[in-house]
Amino acid sequence: MMTKRRVTLTVNGEHVEPLVEANALLVNVLREELQLTGTKYCCGTGQCGGCTVLVNGEPILSCLTLAVAVDGADILTIEGVAKPDGSLDPIQEAFLDHGAVQCGFCTPGMILMAKDLLAHDPSPSEERIREHLRGNLCRCTGYHRIVKAIGSCGQ
Amino acid sequence: MRKTKTKTVTSTTYLRPTDLNDLQQIMAEHQGRAAVVAGATDMIPQMRAGRTLPAVLVDLCEIAELSFIREEHGSIAIGATTTMAKLASSPIIASGSPFLATAARQVGHPQTRNRATIGGNLANASPSADTAPPLLALGAAVQIMSPDGAIRDVPLHQFFHSYRVTDLGEGDVLTRITFPRPPDGAAGRFTKIGLRSASSISVASVAVMLEMEETTCRTARVAAGSVAPIPMRVFRIEELLEGHEIGETLVEECSELLRAEISPISDVRGSDKYRSYVASAVLKRQIEMAVADRRTFGA
Repeated sequence: MMTKRRVTLTVNGEHVEPLVEANALLVNVLREELQLTGTKYCCGTGQCGGCTVLVNGEPILSCLTLAVAVDGADILTIEGVAKPDGSLDPIQEAFLDHGAVQCGFCTPGMILMAKDLLAHDPSPSEERIREHLRGNLCRCTGYHRIVKAIGSCGQ
Repeated sequence: MRKTKTKTVTSTTYLRPTDLNDLQQIMAEHQGRAAVVAGATDMIPQMRAGRTLPAVLVDLCEIAELSFIREEHGSIAIGATTTMAKLASSPIIASGSPFLATAARQVGHPQTRNRATIGGNLANASPSADTAPPLLALGAAVQIMSPDGAIRDVPLHQFFHSYRVTDLGEGDVLTRITFPRPPDGAAGRFTKIGLRSASSISVASVAVMLEMEETTCRTARVAAGSVAPIPMRVFRIEELLEGHEIGETLVEECSELLRAEISPISDVRGSDKYRSYVASAVLKRQIEMAVADRRTFGA
């Protein structure tokens, strides 16, 4: 039986201190302790990108990260992307406008990666977009509309 | 995809030392019971699949002294917890050893590259570790700290002993990787063949670094991955090249020699025959391109 410990996190701007076991994965802590189910437990082996979150501004896979390993970190999940008043981020609007969401399962990961890309490269080429999404699998859309949606956010 | 047994990893103790002294004390206490991790991007899947069940996990990510890329007395030194993302975007690596950046850029995908580290890539010692062939071609050495605090340097081609067995003993920690900064005229190339363009364990990989004097090869280093139990230097090809004019015949000989030197297996990703074929084809192209680079950029 493992003793639990408190980790200190800032999740979507909010300070939280969940009690976690040493072997708890970040994805499970987000979904089950913090009820933030936008981040998906998808393949569980680090290949599909459905569990992507931004930790200290960098996209990582929460299914491959222990919660204790990110103690003290600033985390952004999909729930933190829309503005506090509920209005959508331009990337989210673009996804809707372009029909880039079908089942929606890959969408949180895709949007977070898009946010990361546009923060570093405000006007990415199609190739650059596809390169940045290499760690995000989609079973529905064939990627085309996702790429177009992100491209439309470029300046 | 690999099956996972449980939703969590099996481990009872997680420790996160804040500096090297702290680390050394922890390793002295736990020795072989401790598994050292940084990004843990391969460790966690291994633990979840039950392939390794360490009692203690020691996370190196807080130790600032282990993450760096710098030039030191004509060498380039890289801290063990330097991520693939940092290697891929480092101006020092881009100017000194761009083919190492090429390899780092092809590990996993953007998310894993923010966590996967060069030290982890080598210590994990998969035969397909992508940073291994370029580091072997660069003549790299690793520095290892023992639980008693002793430090030793091991040339990378002596670091890999057999399948997933390295020079790391119980309680040892790989702390840094160094290699001489290649001379300006040296041309290095790395190619990885995988089943897709990302998240792909190499089917075969080849790294070549040549230093040319006109059309004659002055020094050659050749390394291959995923075609033997360990990432390997191919010394016999280097001997064949060094001091000779590189023409079509010699390149063909090198390509044939590679087939004889490697010992690929057949697995889910490819057959031994295919690996042999593709590795020798890639080597041929690498040498031709490295020679052409040298001619194009002059000096």
